[in-house]
Amino acid sequence: MNVRIRGTVRIDTEACKGCELCIEACKPEVLEMTSTSTNTRGYRYPELLPGCTGCRACADVCPDFCFQVYRFDEPRTWSPEEGLR
Amino acid sequence: MTTDHRQGAGETPARIVPSHEVPPDATLVADNTAELIDVGEHHLCPGCGEPIAIRAVMDGLSLLGLAERCIAVFGIGCSTAFSNNLDVEVLQALHGRAPSVATGAARSRPGLAVFTIQGDGDLANEGLQEVLHAAARGENIVCFMLNNGVFGETGGHLTVTTTIGQRTKNTLEGRDAARHGHPMRVAELLAGIDGVGYVARGAVNNAGNVARTKRMVVEAFTAQQQGLGLSFVEILTMCPTGWFVPTTEAPAYLEETIAATHRVGVLRSALG
Ligand SMILES: Cc1ncc(C[n+]2csc(CCOP(=O)(O)OP(=O)(O)O)c2C)c(N)n1
Ligand code: SF4
Ligand code: SF4
Ligand code: SF4
Ligand SMILES: [Mg+2]
Repeated sequence: MNVRIRGTVRIDTEACKGCELCIEACKPEVLEMTSTSTNTRGYRYPELLPGCTGCRACADVCPDFCFQVYRFDEPRTWSPEEGLR
Repeated sequence: MTTDHRQGAGETPARIVPSHEVPPDATLVADNTAELIDVGEHHLCPGCGEPIAIRAVMDGLSLLGLAERCIAVFGIGCSTAFSNNLDVEVLQALHGRAPSVATGAARSRPGLAVFTIQGDGDLANEGLQEVLHAAARGENIVCFMLNNGVFGETGGHLTVTTTIGQRTKNTLEGRDAARHGHPMRVAELLAGIDGVGYVARGAVNNAGNVARTKRMVVEAFTAQQQGLGLSFVEILTMCPTGWFVPTTEAPAYLEETIAATHRVGVLRSALG
């Protein structure tokens, strides 16, 4: 399985309040809330799965400004065996 | 991946892409805070729409290069505390009176972009006449109303913009016209006044509406810069706390219950 990746995000998980607005906003469905981990304030937070397009929708809707969105200069690929290439 | 600060972080599943490091060979296309918002946490509730709306206003100001030539006049509501996070000059008005304070500021400093940020309770319940008369006088200011249909800060009670069927602390079964009266459409009211240069209604319940609202902010300040009179932008914001809905359901609740009465769009524009 090779997933094409055009972008990526940095998530300030400590600033997150767990509202999940980013989950709905992410059309490729590559954000997923943690199920067992929380930040130090006790909120679950999103983690990134392979397939981000760098569309910025998560950053546009997050009330707590947790996202920095990047676009790769050249699209990358991800596979379970090799990770991000 | 740095996981040291996380509580209970176990094995990182193989499919998780590291999202703490700065990626190599990539360009930053959206930073976590707009240029004019101080990095740092704020105390508004999870899923609140107000920070998203204020970010749109700040983005518009930076885009037009107005950050160093502006004064924000805040009313009283949940967004007031958030004004501490903004890197622009801020004045604080009494409840409902922001357009009058802005009138004084704009008349004494005509070169500046003076704008107000008020909630619906502040603007439409506490001081509706202020914005109406400022509009009729053609004051060259931009007025924003963050409309969540509740007095959010004081516990989530109904305001004059609360829509039929909307749940608030004193309309738990939803607003009923026979018992609680009808909602007032504030943007439509403003659009009927000669003296306004621009009137629009945006919303922050999805990324598409956020982008649309940012364009409205830019148009409103452009009208102000061209001296076309008062600009008014109402922005529909989520208040999951006041509406008693989960944060994840609030964007759809806004769309179905609130935006059905308060329709998103540009209502009036004197821009060429
Ligand atoms: C003269 C006066 N009356 C009442 C209050 C109490 N008060 C503070 S905030 C608020 C509600 C504001 O609601 P809104 O403008 O809709 O803003 P939101 O909190 O919903 O963002 C009220 C009634 C006050 N501060 N001053
Ligand atoms: S939108 Fe922001 S605050 Fe809400 S869950 Fe996502 S990252 Fe956290
Ligand atoms: S940038 Fe777009 S695709 Fe990537 S995580 Fe954010 S919403 Fe999802
Ligand atoms: S009460 Fe409503 S408007 Fe106030 S901070 Fe909470 S969600 Fe936002
Ligand atoms: Mg309100």
